Amino acid sequence: MNKDIENALRESAVTLPDAPPPDFESRLAERSAAEGLLDVAYAMVDSPLGPLVVAATPRGLVRLAYTGSRDETAVLEDLAGKLSPRILEAPERLDEARRELDEYFEGGRAEFDLPIDWSLTRGFTGKVLRQTARIGFGKTSTYAEVASRAGSPRAVRAAGNALGSNPIPVVVPCHRVLRTGGALGGYTGGVERKEFLLRLEGVLA
Amino acid sequence: MKLPPFQALLDEHGTDLYRFCVASAGWGEADDCFQETWIAALRAYPKLRSAQNLRAWLYRIAQNKAIDLHRARGRRPVPVEAVPETAAPAEPPGARLDGESELWVALRALPPKQRTAVYCRTVLGMPYDELADLLESSEDAARRNLFEGLKKLREEWTA
Repeated sequence: MNKDIENALRESAVTLPDAPPPDFESRLAERSAAEGLLDVAYAMVDSPLGPLVVAATPRGLVRLAYTGSRDETAVLEDLAGKLSPRILEAPERLDEARRELDEYFEGGRAEFDLPIDWSLTRGFTGKVLRQTARIGFGKTSTYAEVASRAGSPRAVRAAGNALGSNPIPVVVPCHRVLRTGGALGGYTGGVERKEFLLRLEGVLA
Repeated sequence: MKLPPFQALLDEHGTDLYRFCVASAGWGEADDCFQETWIAALRAYPKLRSAQNLRAWLYRIAQNKAIDLHRARGRRPVPVEAVPETAAPAEPPGARLDGESELWVALRALPPKQRTAVYCRTVLGMPYDELADLLESSEDAARRNLFEGLKKLREEWTA
């Protein structure tokens, strides 16, 4: 007997707005950051290597991921599990990272000036990646060399694995680490991306 | 237990929840209701013990924020039990919009649980078990809230 009123409600629900105010998400991100509730802010950043997921904590850049084989959702779910589920898309909070990445890909920047949050790295992996972060633009090193600089000259294979799990490729330049003898070796985002970056830096012709 | 990234909740439920805020708090206060709901949700999120029924959880927060806003504006509290016979009709929460249908004004004037039950059943088609979870009540009580709410609306509407 209430069908008529239910139908009337359903029909007049079309007068309700079909979206929140356009600036809602940026206001939410700003306020949650101010109240210490935004543990991970992320943005999608276009690059010649495809769209990148770029994520930062209040301490610094924590993750940069190629999309394609692994999509954005998987990257964010992984961050939710490992860091915190308080994750919001907050492009304004990644403006500086986006600007520096743009400049790098346009050939106008040799060094990133971004604070790094190493939370996603542990132990030997962390040591290898911190050493890798010191290899300059246009320079290369080898798996053996970074293993040795990380304090374990024999752990060449482990160094390779550490580089393969780099949570912040491009900015922590694991693409600058090659095999002894000059073979490219592997790369998180696929070897074509490694070649692209080495060409961009003038290492490959 | 794995909670999805908070942004996924926003993407999935944002628009529908905003509409619920308009229906519950009124057009003038919907933005505040919505913003406060998401801030409160974000604050409580990591402590959630289950990733089940996230929608019911969000709508419960929004319902409570609509009540808070209504009280904060110093208007008479929304009656939770039956209105005494002598009482003047309750002023519905939120400013009235020109041309807004009588039905929505009447819906806003319902006690919160009845309003939520009516909205979530009729507009969202929410299952009773989810509605019961939202209202923190039994399914029977959820059905009663729906029935009472619809009955009052019908009385208003046909009056």
